[in-house]
Amino acid sequence: MHKLTIAELIQGLRNKDFSSVELTRHYLDRINRLDATYNSYVTVTEEIALQQAAAADARLAAGNAPALCGVPIAHKDIFCTEGVRTSCGSKMLDNFVPPYNATIVENYLRDGAVMLGKVNMDEFAMGSSNETSYYGPVKNPWDTNCVPGGSSGGSAAAVAAHLAPGATASDTGGSIRQPASLCGLTGIKPTYGRVSRWGMIAFASSLDQAGVLTRTAEDAAIMLNAMTSFDDKDSTCVDEPLSDHTASLNEPLKGLRIGMPEQYFGEGLNPQTAERVHAAIAEFEKLGATVKSISLPHSALSVPAYYVIAPAECSANLSRFDGVRYGHRCDNPKDLEDLYKRSRGEGFGEEVKRRILVGTYALSAGYYDAYYRKAQQVRRLIKQDFVDAFADVDVVMGPTATSPAFAFGSKGDDPVAMYLEDIYTIATNLAGLPGLSIPCGLVDNKPVGLQIIGNYFSEAKLLNVAHQFQQVTDFHQQTAPGIE
Amino acid sequence: MQWETVIGLEVHVQLATKTKIFSGASTAFGAAPNTQACAIDLAMPGTLPVPNGEAFRFAVMFGLAIDAEIGTRSMFERKNYFYPDLPKGYQTTQLEAPIVGTGHVEIQLADGSSKSIRIHHAHLEEDAGKSLHEDFHGMSGIDLNRAGTPLIEIVSEPDMSNAEEAVAFARKLHSIVTSLGICDGDMSQGSMRFDVNISVRPKGQEEFGTRTETKNLNSFKFMEDAIKLEVERQIELIEDGGKVIQETRLYNGDTRTARSMRSKEEANDYRYFPCPDLLPVIIDEDYIEAIRQDLPELPDARQQRFSREYGLSDYDAGLIAADAATAHFFEACAKACGDAKLSANWIMGDLAAKLNAAELTIQQSPVSGALLAGLIIRIKDNTISNKIAKQVFEAMFNGEGDADAVIEAKGLKQMSDTGELEKIIDEVIAANPAMVEDWLSSEEDKRKKKMGGFMGPIMKATKGQANPGMANQLLEKKLREKL
Amino acid sequence: MDRSDIAKLAHLARIEISDATVDDVARSITDVLKLVDQLQSADTQGIAPMAHPLDAVQRLRADQVTEADVRDAFQAIAPATEDGLYLVPKVID
Repeated sequence: MHKLTIAELIQGLRNKDFSSVELTRHYLDRINRLDATYNSYVTVTEEIALQQAAAADARLAAGNAPALCGVPIAHKDIFCTEGVRTSCGSKMLDNFVPPYNATIVENYLRDGAVMLGKVNMDEFAMGSSNETSYYGPVKNPWDTNCVPGGSSGGSAAAVAAHLAPGATASDTGGSIRQPASLCGLTGIKPTYGRVSRWGMIAFASSLDQAGVLTRTAEDAAIMLNAMTSFDDKDSTCVDEPLSDHTASLNEPLKGLRIGMPEQYFGEGLNPQTAERVHAAIAEFEKLGATVKSISLPHSALSVPAYYVIAPAECSANLSRFDGVRYGHRCDNPKDLEDLYKRSRGEGFGEEVKRRILVGTYALSAGYYDAYYRKAQQVRRLIKQDFVDAFADVDVVMGPTATSPAFAFGSKGDDPVAMYLEDIYTIATNLAGLPGLSIPCGLVDNKPVGLQIIGNYFSEAKLLNVAHQFQQVTDFHQQTAPGIE
Repeated sequence: MQWETVIGLEVHVQLATKTKIFSGASTAFGAAPNTQACAIDLAMPGTLPVPNGEAFRFAVMFGLAIDAEIGTRSMFERKNYFYPDLPKGYQTTQLEAPIVGTGHVEIQLADGSSKSIRIHHAHLEEDAGKSLHEDFHGMSGIDLNRAGTPLIEIVSEPDMSNAEEAVAFARKLHSIVTSLGICDGDMSQGSMRFDVNISVRPKGQEEFGTRTETKNLNSFKFMEDAIKLEVERQIELIEDGGKVIQETRLYNGDTRTARSMRSKEEANDYRYFPCPDLLPVIIDEDYIEAIRQDLPELPDARQQRFSREYGLSDYDAGLIAADAATAHFFEACAKACGDAKLSANWIMGDLAAKLNAAELTIQQSPVSGALLAGLIIRIKDNTISNKIAKQVFEAMFNGEGDADAVIEAKGLKQMSDTGELEKIIDEVIAANPAMVEDWLSSEEDKRKKKMGGFMGPIMKATKGQANPGMANQLLEKKLREKL
Repeated sequence: MDRSDIAKLAHLARIEISDATVDDVARSITDVLKLVDQLQSADTQGIAPMAHPLDAVQRLRADQVTEADVRDAFQAIAPATEDGLYLVPKVID
């Protein structure tokens, strides 16, 4: 059963090939047996899953159940789940059991999806390797000596190891697409504001966006349909018409105009990765697309701009973790300052502290204009690059990451080397555009991804493009070695 | 040396919305601790703010009332600092683009002059919770019910030069916001709080002296006292060769002293930046125009109308018109009894004194405008004298019923029965032959005054219920019969 | 970035940085600041800062009470409460 895609599971449930309870038990069993290797789950919600599965079976029997009814999924531990510990990968929230659900969690409950558990992640979504989690690193199923990418590394590893058919995830600078690339999955980050942020623990509010990690584009379309809703509890959630992302999957790509940014194929890109990406783009030409070279002149500034804006926002967003109302509180604080400093000093890991300090610096008196204001101006230039590009092309294609998965500890303690891991993904977050990564081959027996960036609210188009590619290639069907 | 004082005010006004500025939790005062603090107010992880439209409407009303520019594209910033009553670790406020721009407020001074105080801007922000310092095993308790209550912070230019002007300005703001109905004006519950920036400089000097900020004054009396105290302190300090340092000071109304708040002294760096959870608020001309059309009567206009329609003196009209609730009370009373002057006198006199003593607002008054009118009607139709009226009012205030019921129950009706009164007067004349003799032998122009001597015994005999005019008339008639 | 700069930032952010790690923190933050200093090369003359990716405007909420009393649920996960209050070391003004 775990070899089946979500689309196939939906069919199987309706054909009564298996029940949701059987399916859920199967996945729970796999998680219990196999996840010690990958460390992808932080919390397995066995009891809840079986209850939800039984309820889903009843709905399926009654007919008219929503598409995802009875399909098990995993939630990134950044989404608040009522009554289930939501840690955000941090010691700070190791004991945090929210009395409320994230909107997207509600949406999946509404549709009858079954929650298998909460999956691992870089602490507060800050990282590109899943090495910053309080719960230990997640292993890449393709090579357990390598990182799965981050911050949604738990989501990616769980799906790649067939410990869930699909998982929710979030992407602030590449946290869905880069793990998708490193684990051989399909991952989509929708347009900023497309999916509600309510109940998703904030890292950088103007960049954070929820999305999904699945094996196929079709599965991503199905999961995104359930995830997306207009939510008036999130002021930045846009009231755009909701589209059925599966409706246009089969449209032909003839005449599709693809732009290849010259800046995404320069120095720093692994030559074999470049080769796979070029080959994939050639595949689109066979499908009738036209390809031209484009320029995104401010690309090189996206990482510097991001590492001002994201830390600045996170420095304020994480101030609420103060040991007063929830979360970690130090023992025997001697005064208020001590309570704050030790609770936060003990509760946050090194990378989180580093980003809070960088953000604090960038916003402090005398530096605001040189850093924060400047970064926001550059952000506009980066957005304008894309606006100009989309005047001539329908989608932008390039690599998702510079190279396949790297070994644990290989970036040493050099944060900047890690930050440059997201060099191709960060610009879309700054611009608020949707982006997707699909597998396009192996390098050193590890997957690499093709990134497809679309115009605002073109998620259906991106999924259509990805799906058509997956109709003529089988990269997405390749499974990590050793997966039963 | 001659000194000149420069004063500017920052005034926090709690808006009378039903819900918080960024959440749907109630703002009602006096609930059990933390029962009105929802997930957003508690800054639970993953929660997000959505602004209350009514807070914007109220802020725009204020802006129009002070003739200010309205920010048609306003924004929210985060002001970062750690304090246990500030759950998010930042206050959501407005800095770059506030909802209300420059405006002005006219104040009247005791010498009859008036002055215009410029408003720098007014912005929307959220209130903090409260720290309760009662001892919980050496800990403080935090109540976040108030956290997220909408405020407008009104920032004046340093246009005031003494405590009188500052208090007049504060009173005028109180009058404006209560007249607009955007604030309940209850200072004892912190609905309006004043921070006063004070500096002194040698008379004639252009440049400002170093200023201090005295925070959180919540009564006009404290404000006046705190200003006088601080001006005196600064002048003495400089004259003794010292220097004023820029600091935040805390005034204690009980001891009438102030001290430096050292804990706030460390270099604050609030790291303001645009709140990424909130978008620009766009307000169009139609919206502003609609609010302008519906604006309630403002204190200045009301004062003029009270002078014109009710014939009150400027002074009386100003006092009555300043507070919306008082003005409303007055109009109800004056219309019901038909005597504006008496209504005004009673409201500013006996009623104000009673309310003050009982620590009640005029809305909480046990005697309504209509009830007070009932009392005034009985004075005017000579059922009771002014003196008895005070006694009746006292009983009414204590909840013993309306004027007629009290008069009836206590038997306070004036003796207007000629027969009975005549009998008593005859008795008084008979009992005081010396006074009668004196009256008869007096010059005609002294006789009127000497009749006063008989009134005491007459009032005593009637237990004060004799109608004084009637008694006087009858007495004179009887005495003249003896001439 | 030296030790005293880090101490100042750590105080503003209310994060304890141990003496043993402060030099490492200073070095890594210096590296990050070198990276972001590349921003200075951009010509941003006349470019308005962009706080949000979309040109959306704020929706306003109706002034209606929507939140019930949930104190018990929220205080069940709080580190220290008494009489419905959150407890902290004594607050001194």
